[in-house]
Amino acid sequence: MTSVPGETLPVAGSDARAAAVTSEDAPWVTIVWNDPVNLMSYVTYVFETLLGHPRPTAHKLMLDVHQKGRATVAGGSRDEMESVATQLHAAGLWATIAQDR
Amino acid sequence: MIVRLFSRRDDRIEGAFEPAEAQMLLDLVGQVRTLLAHRRDEVPSDPLAELTGLTVGPSTAPADPAVARLLPDLHREDPRLSAGMRMLREPEVLAAKDDAAVALIRSLPMVGGHVRLTEATARSWLVALNDVRLVFGVRLDITDDVEPPAAATADRDGPEYAMYLTYRWLSTVQESLIDALAEEGPA
Repeated sequence: MTSVPGETLPVAGSDARAAAVTSEDAPWVTIVWNDPVNLMSYVTYVFETLLGHPRPTAHKLMLDVHQKGRATVAGGSRDEMESVATQLHAAGLWATIAQDR
Repeated sequence: MIVRLFSRRDDRIEGAFEPAEAQMLLDLVGQVRTLLAHRRDEVPSDPLAELTGLTVGPSTAPADPAVARLLPDLHREDPRLSAGMRMLREPEVLAAKDDAAVALIRSLPMVGGHVRLTEATARSWLVALNDVRLVFGVRLDITDDVEPPAAATADRDGPEYAMYLTYRWLSTVQESLIDALAEEGPA
């Protein structure tokens, strides 16, 4: 493996910002998907402790995941969302990021 | 199997395990560590990585569906984007999961008995228990929140049913630990 897709390489902040095209400025979101193994109490606990949501919000987001199959749990820059989703993966949740066009 | 539930005492989370329970838990967490270690060994030899000292992971999802569940794609529709992010982010996920597994192994005596966990160690336990359950979920083909998989219940004397019972026990242990963590700590 010798090639790294260009857009994922770390680039200097100011240059990256200047070079970014309009679509790149659209905010990113982190989505958590339902799965049959993660306990509802655990998902709520992770939303509360890892994402810092207050208990009622964490509970509501968990119910959205459970009942609707998915919930948007965070928003921000792509780098922030990559970091959030990575931490959710570390905790065992099924999370993806997407651009919120 | 006797399930002794966790409870909070002051700033510690306490629980107790039968010797057989402790050995099984250590064995299962060890097996997850082995799965993760094999994945870590798939690290590509990358001149850029060697040059920069940056640890990169493989760009493709794990072939084993259980390992793939532990290490999901970061983007649902864009495989190229997922591949790039996986290379940069997967080592972090592997390290976090291994740290959690090691924390559980270090705090659970092989002979069982009482465990007394700090809040941080208890959180590591949650992650390690959850990873074992995620692997079981794939191996047992669990697709429903409540209904047991048909294959597991077809033969109540078979190994799959025993696995399913272990999965259920792990769920109870994890739930109990979450309850104990949620109890009010010392002011």
